[in-house]
Amino acid sequence: MTSKEHSGGGSQLEELNGFTNPGLPEHKPRLADSDPRAEKIAERQVAAWFILSMIGTIWFIVAYFLFTPGESMQSIRLHNMFVGLGAAVAMFSIGFGAVLWAKNLMSDHEGIDERHDIGGSEEDQAIALEILHQAKEESGIARRPLLRNTLIAALAIAPLPAVLVFRDLGPLPGDKMFNTLWQKGTRLIRDVGGIPSVDSERPIKADEVTIGSAYHVLPSGIGDEEAAEHPLNEKAKAAVLLMRIDPKQLKEDPDRKDWSHDGIVAYSKICTHVGCPVALYEHQTHHLLCPCHQSTFDVTEHCKVIFGPAKRPLPQLPITVDSEGYLVAQSDFPEPVGPTFWEINNR
Amino acid sequence: MRTTQPTTTIGKAASFAESRVGASVLVREFGRKIFPSHWSFMLGEVALYSFIIVVLSGTFLTFFFQPAMGELRYEGPWLPLRGVEISEAYDSTLAISLEIRGGLFIRQMHHWGALLFVAALSVHMLRVFFTGAFRRPRELNWIVGVLLVIMGMAAGFTGYSLPDDLLSGNGLRIIDGILKSLPLVGTYISFFLFGGEFPGIDIVARLYTLHIMIVPALLIALIGIHLMFVVVHKHTQYPGAGNTEKNVVGEPVLPTFAAKGGGFFFLIFGLLSLISALFTINPIWNYGPYDPSPVSAGTQPDWYIGWADGFLRIVPGWFEFYIFGWPISLNINSAVIVMGGVFAVMFIYPFFEAWLQKDHREHHILDRPRNNPTRTAIGVAGIIFYCNMWAAASGDIIAVFFQMSLNDMIYIFRFLFFFGPIIGYIITKRMCLALQRKDREIALHGRETAQIIRLPHGEFLERHEALPPHKLWKLTAFESPSYIPAEPNAEGKITGTEKLRARLSRFFFEDRVAPVTKQELEAPHHNNAALEGSDNKQLGH
Repeated sequence: MTSKEHSGGGSQLEELNGFTNPGLPEHKPRLADSDPRAEKIAERQVAAWFILSMIGTIWFIVAYFLFTPGESMQSIRLHNMFVGLGAAVAMFSIGFGAVLWAKNLMSDHEGIDERHDIGGSEEDQAIALEILHQAKEESGIARRPLLRNTLIAALAIAPLPAVLVFRDLGPLPGDKMFNTLWQKGTRLIRDVGGIPSVDSERPIKADEVTIGSAYHVLPSGIGDEEAAEHPLNEKAKAAVLLMRIDPKQLKEDPDRKDWSHDGIVAYSKICTHVGCPVALYEHQTHHLLCPCHQSTFDVTEHCKVIFGPAKRPLPQLPITVDSEGYLVAQSDFPEPVGPTFWEINNR
Repeated sequence: MRTTQPTTTIGKAASFAESRVGASVLVREFGRKIFPSHWSFMLGEVALYSFIIVVLSGTFLTFFFQPAMGELRYEGPWLPLRGVEISEAYDSTLAISLEIRGGLFIRQMHHWGALLFVAALSVHMLRVFFTGAFRRPRELNWIVGVLLVIMGMAAGFTGYSLPDDLLSGNGLRIIDGILKSLPLVGTYISFFLFGGEFPGIDIVARLYTLHIMIVPALLIALIGIHLMFVVVHKHTQYPGAGNTEKNVVGEPVLPTFAAKGGGFFFLIFGLLSLISALFTINPIWNYGPYDPSPVSAGTQPDWYIGWADGFLRIVPGWFEFYIFGWPISLNINSAVIVMGGVFAVMFIYPFFEAWLQKDHREHHILDRPRNNPTRTAIGVAGIIFYCNMWAAASGDIIAVFFQMSLNDMIYIFRFLFFFGPIIGYIITKRMCLALQRKDREIALHGRETAQIIRLPHGEFLERHEALPPHKLWKLTAFESPSYIPAEPNAEGKITGTEKLRARLSRFFFEDRVAPVTKQELEAPHHNNAALEGSDNKQLGH
């Protein structure tokens, strides 16, 4: 680990392609090395940076008390900007000062370290090997296969409990992936963000839904703590998009003819790709677009995939109207909503 | 055991440390250790320093953040959310951002610092790749580096999801979808991770444990090993006069390198402070609490997750198929496979290259990227492969910006997924070979002086000037990998793997520009005197 000052060469210069390594080029002194005035200026420069840093620190402290964040975003921004700039000045200036000090005033002569073999000396290697042999002999691990093998087996299965204790991280899926809050007669209510309480529900009447309009919809009762223990979990499965399209434009399967009501159709809002909400409805083309990965579904053809990485169409919620004219579900979704999972076709 | 009493302050402090921890050995070992100086060697430092800043700012955040998903009614100063039911995690993140003095600044520094950390890691890794610094004896340190990139991404993702805002919740939902698509175990893994159905009430606390304990502990351990290896191997250096395989030329740790490195830490700190003071990142108060139904258009993950998200966007849906009703969701699983594949290639590349070139020697002098055209071309192909997926994560925004059809955009990304790397490979390889030819030209005929002379018979020529020896050394002193035909093994047989190696070797090294040799330079039609560095001018031809 010797380091020596550059001496214009050394004994180990190599040859490559017939050329000889010419050694380090001549060292060029800096201005500050020879001119005391330049040296003094460089020194003052560094000190100026350090003084500026102190100003930055004081600036931070002053700004911390002077610009307190209040209720307005403006005050928060100002606070953030002023303390931040104080910190930036304080830190930058220490950095500039230190680097300038090193570049202009500290010795810039190249040092040279010799590289050594990474492996130890032959003696070290021999001793290490000897120690390992000795350990093998003294422990008898080679002579006593019974001990060795039972130990390996014990160590091999010992981690199993450590895996097993993680079993209760979560319940088994059961049939949760196949059910949502929707059932026969559940009213469709407006989704205005969050979870509506039972008495603030706003159910939707069929004749309110004009052609071309789209509603974000939840099942009635999602805010009822007894029906839905974790309302967000339920919402993550039960969110629905409701659209009304001129019935002439709908290309419906004969066996799904009665799942819509006078051009009003309801589809799961959860993308069958990886579960983002399919929130973008193009009124002109009747396409639904997922903003995450751009899977595109055609509402006029049972939301079949017309572009993008999703494979399955969005599940349709069969709907009808009840005696008061409100839209209600005929049943739960006939197929699981959201991303594909292994058991999807094998309930 | 000291024989004299110390008198100076340094002497007294040293004596105190010496008699208790034996510090002199350390100082002697590291104090004058030489580090070569080059701007590209600072990239790893940027990563290290931004990591330190992220740890410091993150520690501050833990004092205020509540990793819990219980619902409460927001009562804070931010009017748009007042009275809204939000989780404790989101509430405390709002408080950090809007109420705690300096909280937003430190939160933004944490986020910007994390972005810079992964960015610096990535660019550092490219530097190591393109200069061949991963070769023996540094293969293991390369692997530690790849692990650091993976853990850096994990740290970023687990942290991104903590505030429980709309954007990060949608990110988690995508993770949930990816997990559920895994064959056989997917549904179970999702239920175990989320403590039941998505989103549940456990995930933030679980990610928090990973984010502030497991992942940082692994990162710190890996960084420790990484730096320890740097000490063991000593730093690589670029080819240059005076630099050999047996030495390290540069600055001693004390004082120059320490001053520069320490100063550089403060520069990075200052840079992150400046960015955090002036540029908002992740304004969670605008996004609202997580709700599974709304989503904002133009959703973007943090940049280092972009390539995975982008890949998810360009796979067509028909990659999902069913075998007896059991789904194989390759439209989603392939993202996992591609990411795993990229990291697997990175893990084995050093060993692959050594095998291919039959080169198992130690290398401490770096390659100039042009001098290993095939490696450089592979690296560029990899960058294009990555960046294409990365850009695809912004495909919708790019399409809007250029007023293009989103679908056409995706078709372009699909095309580039396959052909971009090939095109990049070919162009890069040709560029490297051309640069090598230029180097040869300059080495053989000297530097163009832009002085035109006219010979008596009327011919015009430009004067060329011989290079000084240290410049000539830089252009000529390198080894150029070449095609190694299949060779029989000890038993005289040519094995199948050896044949494969030979075939790959031919593909990689068939096109090659050989370095200039002394004999070539001294061939009769060159002016020897000029090459000795004398003042004689050489005539070009």
